[in-house]
Amino acid sequence: MLAVDDLAVRFGGVTALERVSFEVRPGSITSVIGPNGAGKTTAFNAITGYLRPTGGRITYDGAALTGLRPSAIARRGIVRTFQKTSVFPALSVEDNVLTGLHLRGTAGFLAVLAGRRRLAAEERSLAAEAGDIIEFVGLTHRRREAARGLPYGEQRLVELAVALAARPRVLLLDEPGAGMTGAEKVVVSSLIRRVREQGVTVLLVEHDMRMVMGISDTVIVLNGGRVIAEGAPAAIQAHPEVIRAYLGASAGTP
Amino acid sequence: MTRAGGWLLVAGALTLPLWLQSPYHVHVAIMAGIFGVLAMSLNLLLGYTGQLSLGHAAFFGIGAYTSALVTLKLEWSFWPALAVAVGLAGVAGFFIGRLALKLRGAYFVLVTISFAGVISLVSVNWIELTNGPLGLPGVPAPVFGPWSLRTKTAYYYLVLAAVALSYAVCRRIVRSRIGRALVALRENEALAESIGVDVTHYLVLAAVVSAAMAGLGGSLYAHYTRFVSPEVFLFTYTVTMVIMVVAGGKGTLAGPLVGAVLFTVLPEALRAAASWQWQMLAYGVLLVALVFFLPRGIVPRLSAAIGVRR
Repeated sequence: MLAVDDLAVRFGGVTALERVSFEVRPGSITSVIGPNGAGKTTAFNAITGYLRPTGGRITYDGAALTGLRPSAIARRGIVRTFQKTSVFPALSVEDNVLTGLHLRGTAGFLAVLAGRRRLAAEERSLAAEAGDIIEFVGLTHRRREAARGLPYGEQRLVELAVALAARPRVLLLDEPGAGMTGAEKVVVSSLIRRVREQGVTVLLVEHDMRMVMGISDTVIVLNGGRVIAEGAPAAIQAHPEVIRAYLGASAGTP
Repeated sequence: MTRAGGWLLVAGALTLPLWLQSPYHVHVAIMAGIFGVLAMSLNLLLGYTGQLSLGHAAFFGIGAYTSALVTLKLEWSFWPALAVAVGLAGVAGFFIGRLALKLRGAYFVLVTISFAGVISLVSVNWIELTNGPLGLPGVPAPVFGPWSLRTKTAYYYLVLAAVALSYAVCRRIVRSRIGRALVALRENEALAESIGVDVTHYLVLAAVVSAAMAGLGGSLYAHYTRFVSPEVFLFTYTVTMVIMVVAGGKGTLAGPLVGAVLFTVLPEALRAAASWQWQMLAYGVLLVALVFFLPRGIVPRLSAAIGVRR
């Protein structure tokens, strides 16, 4: 289980997160919502090691993640995507996913230099695995095209495929639906559900309320760097403080 | 490159001394080979990890001096000296690689330039060891079993073997998950980290291999010219390597070799064809034209033209 305990992040005098605690139940889809500037992406960056928190602890299955580098956190099975589309632009879709399979490969420097036969077998199995993942996100027809040449929605699918290639146990998606058409969002929602069916825990930041309420088991609401509500989608929609935060009636918060 | 074309090139390289009329032409081929090793070495950093080392001549010079000193002062034979040269250049690459982690982009470029500057000053001023600006004459020619590699033709084959080895090393690295990790760091470092690519490990690895390969080039150079002086640290060497990599096609396997051959043969050809001023002018115009018309380099343009995947 991924647990965030008393997390605080301050940038100089600005408090981005203050005493944020929540747990992500294994096998669930949990969404983090909140107005712009609420600290959602900051929380993601802190969990995945892109940002060193000012205080608090982040643990996964009891082991501390705080202070580890992003690559070390990825090795523990916690993999993220980014809010701004983030692919390997010059590489083909296939090579993007093959690169994402980095942790699945085992060949070290000496093995690579020696060029063992086992290596070729590993490369073949990685290529097959990449093919499966590309098929899963539905980009088989694009697999030889450079990622940067793809339409926006498909680039986001490439990003998802790269993250899935790293075989996450917890997948953190930062606004997977941003900038997508309604139809594309439906595709992404169903992909997220299917990812969860494979036993992956999903934590997601998203603005599209229909998507959030449609797929989440639990919704966590952040505002002004604090958790103001947590619960099932229906309960959150009725929660007075959430309504206030979104309508902007609360004093002192943006 | 198609398979048949590749074999044709290999056959051509193996029989080259038979085709060349004068020892001078073999000399040009040897220099092209040495620069080929250097350009491939730089390409590993510049082309694959995207880090520009403008102090690459330092690794070249460390290799040259180490090899010369080990054979002259310790009176070891060429082969162990070569190994020490490659090793020591690799160690230097390790430290530069560690630094590169803290400093990227322009700062990394500055650090590598200063590193080359410092090493060059050491070579000039540590007179007891390096003989200062006078350099180290009398570096012995390599011996291979009962044969001396003193002749140009023999040395050509030694250099050709080094080129083949370096190419094989680069190719294996590039076509493995290590190569993909290096390219991932070049293309999008944050994303690379998110999928578990350890930046420290791979940048240092690339720097060590690159520096060791440059050390190999340095050792070959020292035992070929039989003389090493602080000139091996000249900035010109680094610039030449960069031009070769960029013109040939950075981030491709064949690019640095194409660049090395072109920019070794071309100045020599121009020297025969025109006076000094015209040479430099023609060289300059050609460089501008290459950057203008083939910004990604010769090899990527060619492979796009014949529709082959790199």
